[in-house]
Amino acid sequence: MRRVVDKAFARPETTIFLVCIALIVYFSIRNANFYSYTNVVTMAQYIGPIAVVGAGEVLLLDLAEIDLSAGQVLLTAPWFVVFLQHHMPLGWAIAASMLLCAAIGAFNGIIVVSLKVPSFVATLGMNYILAGYVLVASSDIETDMTGTTGKFGSVFGISNWAEGLWSLGIVLIIWALLKGTRFGLHTTATGGNQLGAAEAGVRVRNVKILCFIIIAVICGFIGIIDSIRIGSLDPAAPGLNEMLAGVAAAVIGGTALTGGKATVLGTMIGAVVLGVLEDGFNLIGISANWFILVEGAVILAAMGINVQLGRVTARGARP
Amino acid sequence: MTDAGLARSPDEAADSPGAGTPANDPASQVGVGVTAESGEDVILRTEGITKRFGALIVLRGVDVRLRRGEVLGLVGDNGSGKSTFVKILCGFQRQDEGKIFVEGKEVSFRSVQDARSHGIEIVYQDLALVPQLTVTQNLFLNRELILFGRLGWLRNRAMREQARKYFSDLKVDLPSVDATVEALSGGQRQAVALARATRTEARVLLLDEPLAAMGAKESALVIDLVKDLSHNHGVSMIVIDHNYTHLFELCDRINILQGGHIILDQRVEETSIEELTELMVSEYRKKVSEGQEELRHA
Repeated sequence: MRRVVDKAFARPETTIFLVCIALIVYFSIRNANFYSYTNVVTMAQYIGPIAVVGAGEVLLLDLAEIDLSAGQVLLTAPWFVVFLQHHMPLGWAIAASMLLCAAIGAFNGIIVVSLKVPSFVATLGMNYILAGYVLVASSDIETDMTGTTGKFGSVFGISNWAEGLWSLGIVLIIWALLKGTRFGLHTTATGGNQLGAAEAGVRVRNVKILCFIIIAVICGFIGIIDSIRIGSLDPAAPGLNEMLAGVAAAVIGGTALTGGKATVLGTMIGAVVLGVLEDGFNLIGISANWFILVEGAVILAAMGINVQLGRVTARGARP
Repeated sequence: MTDAGLARSPDEAADSPGAGTPANDPASQVGVGVTAESGEDVILRTEGITKRFGALIVLRGVDVRLRRGEVLGLVGDNGSGKSTFVKILCGFQRQDEGKIFVEGKEVSFRSVQDARSHGIEIVYQDLALVPQLTVTQNLFLNRELILFGRLGWLRNRAMREQARKYFSDLKVDLPSVDATVEALSGGQRQAVALARATRTEARVLLLDEPLAAMGAKESALVIDLVKDLSHNHGVSMIVIDHNYTHLFELCDRINILQGGHIILDQRVEETSIEELTELMVSEYRKKVSEGQEELRHA
């Protein structure tokens, strides 16, 4: 029994998983509406995009990089669809906008790898470029999202579980990619010891560029789904918020900012914790202002606990 | 998989056109370009390796011969070009002039991959390990066993199995092949790096200061492993080290690299720590007195 407990606590996700369960139990007791069907749907829709951005950021944090433009890519992709739809059918417009997202990711990656600009700065620049582009191209006027009707709209956002399931699917793919494939291993190796990985023959530049492409594509895709569900586009929505929620989910879940240590599973749980907190606070009638304060406290506490647990287990593993 | 080096090829000398003069003194061949093998089973040989960095000439014609199964110690002052020399041998850098022969055939290395395809592997001073990955993951890094081709699905179970078996073959004691490298001691990390270099068919292993900054117990682990690789797995090695005691324990032969040349090539039985020290120090004194001469003239 003790060994099982020790083993469980050696995993970075365990603490946050317990916190998550505790929060769900607490809010369920305080308000029975918490586990009602409609509320669970609402939560799934809120958690989905955070989990996807978080899963993408996990790839980059694993590399000891970060993508600050991910949230803005998420918000910009549906605008691409709206603009492109004037020139082509909806399906093509979505495909073309995904390609544009991939190009944005590739651009980020190449700037970081070739010009050696720190990713923090390079992607911050990209974030403002995209935010500015949306404001200019939309003339700062709110627009209806296209593709919100019929079976298509239902599958790609309108139906209750569409956004949650698409998000879950994407997160599971990233999880499998990081955990089970050569590419995932090379990502962790690059983040853990870039020079060493290169000396062992890992193509670290390609790995990095590919990670920037992946995060841009998945964020763009979930952004389109999210907009189809909501039905309208707000040109002034701040992408940095979406991005920071994703990074918070990753960090709460036990991913290190320093590279070489990443957990997609933990990120998913981290996103659920953020969603449960926001929704739960709403239900029991605490103002949204408190939510932000509590979110901050949760991030600090989770980080503190994870760092301490990491120290303990590292010491335990030493022969 | 590791016994490739054991397969001796006595017809080695037949590969080289000028063979058949067993009495050849190695010194007489220097710079002449004769490829006579003097009947010895030489796996790696260099001829007149020269390397410049801008105006600085680091290597001025280095001739080295590594016999099969031999451990060759390469000694020299800091900045004498030892590391540059092994980096040329492993394909990381290219020589300006000179030739490299593997088993009597001239080769040209354009990349580390090229050198690897000839069975030449290097363990860098920094080991090139990823601390956060497990022993198995490091052992197979970039040469993973995979399923489904391009998708690259890892065969973790098979890799773990092979890792376990390989470390027990090498008689290296590790806490677990699933332990992360950051949890290992310095000696164990060196063992993982050595194992990675020799797991595939390494015939020549280049070790750049494998015992640097290691305690006595740690060193013993590495020395035992190097001896085992050389005696039981037929791997030939070139070892760079500053510690003569270690080198005399490890090596069959010692070469001193100084002023861009090999100034001494002797079996360990034929020389002594005192002789090596004397040689190195006398060179140093000569330089100092030359320097003083120059100062006086100026």
